[in-house]
Amino acid sequence: MSDSYQSFEYDVLVIGAGGAGLRAAIEASAAGCKTGLVCKSLLGKAHTVMAEGGIAAALATVDSRDSWQQHFVDSMIGGNLGNHWRMAQIHAQQAPDRVRELEKWGAVFDRTTDGKGNINVRHFGGHTYKRLAHVGDRTGLELIRTLQDKGVHSGIDVHMECTIYALLKDGDRIAGAYGYFRETGRPVLFKAKSVVVSTGGIGKLFFINSNSWECAGDGFALSYLAGAELCDMEYIQFHPTGMVWPPSVRGILITEGVRGEGGVLKNTKGERFMFKYIPPKYQGKYAETEAEADIWFKKVVIDGVKEDTVTERKPPELMSRDVVARALWNEIKEGRGTEHGGVFLDIATRRSAEDIKKKLPSMYHQFKQLADVDITKVPMETGPTCHYMMGGVKVDPETQMSNVPGLFAAGECAAGMHGSNRLGGNSLSDLVVFGKLAGEHAAIYAKKLKDFPKVDDAQLKGLNKEMNQPFENQNGEVSYKILANLQHIMEKGAGMFREEPTMEQCLKDLEGLKERVKKVTAEGNRMFNPGWHVALDLRNMLAVGEAIVRAAKERKESRGGHTRTDFTGYSKEFAKKRVVVRKKGAGMEVIREDLPQIPKELEEELVNAHMLKPEILKQLRGEA
Amino acid sequence: MGKVHLRVYRGNSEGGQLRDYEVEAEEGMVVLDVIHKIQATQSSDLACRWNCKAGKCGSCSAEINGKPRLMCMTRMNEFKEGEVITVMPMKTFPLMKDLATDVSWNYEVNKKIPPFTPVEGAVWQWEQEDADRVQEFRKCIECFLCQDTCHVLRDHDKMTKFAGPRFFVRTASLEMHPLDALDRTELLKQEHGIGLCNITKCCTEVCPESIHITDNAIIPLKERVVDKYYDPLRILWNKILGK
Ligand SMILES: Cc1cc2nc3c(=O)[nH]c(=O)nc-3n(C[C@H](O)[C@H](O)[C@H](O)COP(=O)(O)OP(=O)(O)OC[C@H]3O[C@@H](n4cnc5c(N)ncnc54)[C@H](O)[C@@H]3O)c2cc1C
Ligand code: SF4
Ligand code: SF4
Ligand code: FES
Repeated sequence: MSDSYQSFEYDVLVIGAGGAGLRAAIEASAAGCKTGLVCKSLLGKAHTVMAEGGIAAALATVDSRDSWQQHFVDSMIGGNLGNHWRMAQIHAQQAPDRVRELEKWGAVFDRTTDGKGNINVRHFGGHTYKRLAHVGDRTGLELIRTLQDKGVHSGIDVHMECTIYALLKDGDRIAGAYGYFRETGRPVLFKAKSVVVSTGGIGKLFFINSNSWECAGDGFALSYLAGAELCDMEYIQFHPTGMVWPPSVRGILITEGVRGEGGVLKNTKGERFMFKYIPPKYQGKYAETEAEADIWFKKVVIDGVKEDTVTERKPPELMSRDVVARALWNEIKEGRGTEHGGVFLDIATRRSAEDIKKKLPSMYHQFKQLADVDITKVPMETGPTCHYMMGGVKVDPETQMSNVPGLFAAGECAAGMHGSNRLGGNSLSDLVVFGKLAGEHAAIYAKKLKDFPKVDDAQLKGLNKEMNQPFENQNGEVSYKILANLQHIMEKGAGMFREEPTMEQCLKDLEGLKERVKKVTAEGNRMFNPGWHVALDLRNMLAVGEAIVRAAKERKESRGGHTRTDFTGYSKEFAKKRVVVRKKGAGMEVIREDLPQIPKELEEELVNAHMLKPEILKQLRGEA
Repeated sequence: MGKVHLRVYRGNSEGGQLRDYEVEAEEGMVVLDVIHKIQATQSSDLACRWNCKAGKCGSCSAEINGKPRLMCMTRMNEFKEGEVITVMPMKTFPLMKDLATDVSWNYEVNKKIPPFTPVEGAVWQWEQEDADRVQEFRKCIECFLCQDTCHVLRDHDKMTKFAGPRFFVRTASLEMHPLDALDRTELLKQEHGIGLCNITKCCTEVCPESIHITDNAIIPLKERVVDKYYDPLRILWNKILGK
């Protein structure tokens, strides 16, 4: 294969065509910038398409008490105050406009049935009020299709099935990106004044996960290697409800919407166990008995009674994901789980078959087709699955720019918005809110530059050599084998429960893998060759895996998606810190940095409005 | 569970052949799992597309024992024990490699459909009943299986004259949106050649999203075209009104 590359020039280059990337590209293009959009799959297939339950925004169409303030508070409490407060505020304030904008671009959300026909919203864990705009259980498809159709009429150049392998720099600042077309294997250079990375998550690093193959952590690694700081990498969300049986579907997500529509969790003894696991931060907010939860369910979910008139509290199945996932794990660990290592999620006895098919059509389908289970008749089996990366590229909350001038990040690969745990529905809204901001500011940055930053030809030659290496290597292993090892290593060392010795071992194991990756071998040629693609992804996955483990070792407390068996509970010291990882020479440097705190005035305002309780703040700050 | 026997097309635009694979089966496997296992253990360069493995992204379309289907939603236990299962790429589109075809033509067709354009002063309040109709079409995951199966495209290569069922579904979702201001019947009649569809319903049969492509999208659109262009009363009426 020749090393001659194709070449393109853009003011703004967006890497990734999920919700965040599409929204960024639309904005950059609207600002008059020549915009290119690159993605590894076909357009419209990015991981965003799989999102089910909804998009969170305080539209207050169903419960008039809702407000950005309450959404902000819910996100901060859900994130156990690990969030960058300013991002959470921008998100809560701007999400409603972004959702209404989607509607104007053609999205067809489910409507309220109160005669007004507004956008309907549903309950999701950790949200005080009904807040998730949705389309049945295929909200991600609606979002991506809407943005895709808007995007193709916005003059954006789309390069499908193209993988970026490296970001390029001119001195300190960004200069473009280099990669290859998946079909031909041919290298391609994108010169750009500014670059937005919106490459999604890291699920593929773990053996049991709900993600697509695309979620190999590319954006984290590319940015890190280009000198960007990553933060919050220890915060990984394990979703409580993944499928567990049969083995081939292990990890595939069961939407939280099942619980939103009334589904309950039970162990093999038939106990509805969640009542035992209400943590102090949620005490008083959730029902304490089954009877109370059932009355709430009947009134609010079945009869559609306005929640503000209901005195009962909502069921504990609707607490935030970190809490529910740990509860499930504990039930399974203590021997009350199923033979396949799960617990039961029952909607069959709670709703009519007709309701289930109408409200949760793709779940009905998924179980029927993939597991021979009819969820209108029997309970589902479910267990935790690696789902979402809260950490990522450290960005400025107003502009989404990283510490590398001209390099922006948005969506799942950016950090800060969700703290230590993301609430359901807050990702899709994150994508459009911060996607827009990233596109806007990438355009502003690009317009200020007069000339294109320079690209170093010698660097490209080096990259060509690296990319071709798996074909040169003789007698190494196939990439898939190393990938499987990596997934097990990560599962063991940096899974739901962590402790010093296993993390130490995990780092050693990752070192061992590095040596094997150097010798990884690809068969065949560069044309559409998945084995080769995975071989190149391994470099990224190893860097991201190491960042996760190093950050997790640094945070000596438990918070949200980071649970340590050797440091349980919140620590006062770590409550106000965030862990930052960056490249230093050939190694990885880990530092602790001050986490910006909610300004006093805002905090007082929220406390006075009874949205925020001082004792909960104390507790999450490790002061209780 | 024993071994399963797959016969998979291996090749590119220059040619190729079916190749036999034997794989150790596990409980609950779908065809895509078997393909993945082949990649992991036998042919790491076997090309195929997939993303969600749950019938949501429409990437893994192929022809399994001659039927256009999603590989991730085809369970191995549907087949008889010992049956040889043949997996071919979609025939209607040019082959890239193995099971991956060049579907870029579809994206070109889509670009020609004028996007959603709200009526002036639109009030964004409308009933679920109206939404239901549009939402059926918006369920489409763009697997292009309907395009693959439609004889107008498959056997007659009318790519330049016919948009195909997927894009009638797309057009229907816009035309039937209660707040959309545009009229796309001209495009349907001329460039997108809806008249070439002779309502065989093969597209509806293969749609994994169970969209009633022919009954709910194509036939009503055909009626709109007829109403606009061929209805003598309508033409007369328009003349009287001076339209
Ligand atoms: C099953 C499931 C259900 C979910 N449901 C919900 C929900 O109901 N509500 C909610 O808010 N969130 C939900 N989430 C989370 C949410 O879907 C994701 O966090 C979100 O879609 C991520 O979007 P993104 O734009 O950041 O990236 P993605 O949608 O993951 O897109 C990443 C893009 O980057 C491209 N890319 C990656 N690497 C490269 C590279 N090296 N070169 C070029 N391109 C590259 C990919 O091809 C892709 O186009 C769900 C997640 C899952 C798995
Ligand atoms: S009904 Fe029309 S569009 Fe569908 S397969 Fe038949 S001819 Fe093609
Ligand atoms: S209409 Fe059905 S068959 Fe056709 S592309 Fe859409 S989902 Fe696939
Ligand atoms: S992999 Fe998404 S539909 Fe099959």
